[in-house]
Amino acid sequence: MQQKDVLPMKPEIADKQLAVKPVITGSEAVIRSLIEEGVDTIFGYPGGAIMPIYDALYDFQDQVHHILVRHEQGATHAAQGYARSSGKVGVAFATSGPGATNLVTGLADAYMDSTPMVCITGQVAAALLGTDAFQETDVIGITMPITKWNIQVTRPEDIPGAMAKAFYIARSGRPGPVLVDITKNAQFGEFEYEYKKCEYIRSYRPIPELSQEAVSEAAALINSAKKPFILCGHGVLLSGAEKALIALAEKAQIPIGSTLLGLSAVPVDHPMYVGMLGMHGNYGPNMLTGEADVVIAVGMRFDDRVTGDVGTYVPNAKVIHIEIDAAEINKIVKADVAVHADAKPALEALIQQVNPADHTAWLEEFRAADKKEYDKVQHRELYPQEGELKMAEVIRLISEKTKGEAVLVTDVGQHQMVASRYYRFKNPNTNVTSGGMGTMGFSLPAAMGAKMGTPEKEVVAIIGDGCFQMTLQELATIHQSQIGVKIVILNNNFLGMVRQWQQLFFDRRYSSTEMVNPDFVQVAKGFYIPGKKVTAREDISAAIDEMLAHQGAYLLEVVVEKEDNVFPMVPAGAPITTIRLE
Amino acid sequence: MQKEYTVTVYTEDRIGITNRITIIFTRRGINITSLTTAETEIPGVYKFVITVMSTREKLDKVVGQIERLIEIHRAFVHEEDEVVYQELALYKISTRSLHTGDIERLIRENNARILTITAEYFVIEKTGHQQELTDFIKKLEPYGLIEYTKSGRVAIVKWSRRFHEHLKELHTQDADIS
Repeated sequence: MQQKDVLPMKPEIADKQLAVKPVITGSEAVIRSLIEEGVDTIFGYPGGAIMPIYDALYDFQDQVHHILVRHEQGATHAAQGYARSSGKVGVAFATSGPGATNLVTGLADAYMDSTPMVCITGQVAAALLGTDAFQETDVIGITMPITKWNIQVTRPEDIPGAMAKAFYIARSGRPGPVLVDITKNAQFGEFEYEYKKCEYIRSYRPIPELSQEAVSEAAALINSAKKPFILCGHGVLLSGAEKALIALAEKAQIPIGSTLLGLSAVPVDHPMYVGMLGMHGNYGPNMLTGEADVVIAVGMRFDDRVTGDVGTYVPNAKVIHIEIDAAEINKIVKADVAVHADAKPALEALIQQVNPADHTAWLEEFRAADKKEYDKVQHRELYPQEGELKMAEVIRLISEKTKGEAVLVTDVGQHQMVASRYYRFKNPNTNVTSGGMGTMGFSLPAAMGAKMGTPEKEVVAIIGDGCFQMTLQELATIHQSQIGVKIVILNNNFLGMVRQWQQLFFDRRYSSTEMVNPDFVQVAKGFYIPGKKVTAREDISAAIDEMLAHQGAYLLEVVVEKEDNVFPMVPAGAPITTIRLE
Repeated sequence: MQKEYTVTVYTEDRIGITNRITIIFTRRGINITSLTTAETEIPGVYKFVITVMSTREKLDKVVGQIERLIEIHRAFVHEEDEVVYQELALYKISTRSLHTGDIERLIRENNARILTITAEYFVIEKTGHQQELTDFIKKLEPYGLIEYTKSGRVAIVKWSRRFHEHLKELHTQDADIS
């Protein structure tokens, strides 16, 4: 490894010692800017238009760890996994043209799921822009609707300012992905480098001022409520408001339901926690939205998977919506009290004004619903005695053996819903999944990123057989960079969720959902990753133990019941209270 | 109910800002019927005046999503009676028709004016609301209208004072958003 010995890293130190700003290339400025922003890990893939930046990176290998992925989509999902588990900004590099277009899915996913990410793309030289030059694509135009902000930089001296704004925008307010497109001439050009962190943009107000009036109105509603209900969204995690939310729930005895992305904010075993909301969520929290008289929605956006038919959603409730993004307030559900604010200060202010209350009878309703769901669905899912293995029992065992403390990275489909329903999360930011976009292929690269972001934690990817085949080339990255993720494929040889819908809504016409799969353990072996295939109930517990005890990456394929369905379920567009247990 | 609304958007001066704004209308399938933009009295701050046929409910959401963009200061939806607005039209007429009929009276009565006269054609300018400007076409038709063109809407909001004071304060702050 080499290190550049020309100048110390901090420009202000350089200024004092040399009384001049260092003259460096735009490429070096990119790397130095990243280091200024605290970046130590980059996921990327080189190519023609970003070669100068990779060349500059070569001199900083002791400070910035670059993970060479096998597809740029993998770089974005890895950056997302890194950001979601660690709370830091994820960074991805790609070249122009196809490199840039391969970022699109990950950018859209990060935008939907409010994930802080900065993508740097190389671009053809400024003189060639618009000429259909080799590997030129209008990545700014393409990514405009799926980024929080993007910018093209055509001069080296604009790089530090663009980078500073990119990180400020990505991480502030409601986080999101930002793309910085840098032309090749800007990468090569030299200039006097100076870095100033961005703390303010005059047209951008990331943290709204908390209205005390709104807080008082919200408190009055909560204090008058007989059946209050908290809906905990991703914003609670993003704001670091978990403790405040729990304190509020404890003080006024308010049950908490969680959205898919809000999972892990509240420990599953907390007495006020009543389960997951939405299409495949728990019975009680969905049914009882119909009875709640005050709903306190925190950092969530009333996705259609959560509300079902909006016209019949929370029919008896006054809605308090605590939300940092003004565009989400009144977008789907009209707020009776809108608290346009960051969740943590809003909740902390609210706690002061909320009176202790006793809602024992209301909480009993949730427990009764839980019992109904347990008896009708969960018991046979979690503890089956015969037949093929069930996804739920595999998740239960993983949950028990990791004590609910692993970072669970799930893909999209039946296995995602089962994992989200049955993993007993204990700590915040341990649920990483593609919620808004539902991007199949998310979890293998996201798990790599999550492990890089939180190396001290066990990271377990739960993947369907269909999803796995969308990004399985990242096994090579996992091997090359020695990333110790545990990979569990729940294999039903079907695109299970689509098949479930075909069974229920398309008269069992299984159009293009059955899969003839490769030998996944052999595939992993080809990438030098050890693994095992389990088909029998008596082998599963030991196999999970073996996987968790293994140092380094490991793939466990579990063959599960072929035509199993996820219940409870709310048919798309139906009232959420029509949730079916079978 | 669908009707005509005026949307005003105050933005920073940045490449691509028009695209950023218009794709938000596109997503919801709203057709923009006119769009006018120019720098405001605050250097570096641009104002877009957009007219659309839509519903108030939809546009309130659109405006929220526009305001979410980083380089947008504010965006507003206005009902017809909340804005004073004007449009400008130019009409090109054959010079030969100057001798037919009473075009002088027509120009006077409609508060129009002649901008230029050449041997072949002359150009009349008229400002007003869309209906007046298109009505004027019909009146000019007997005189041999060669070409007609019209601007989008420019509008001033009746209650805009506080917001403009806020904008002036911005003027003292760093405009650099590159």
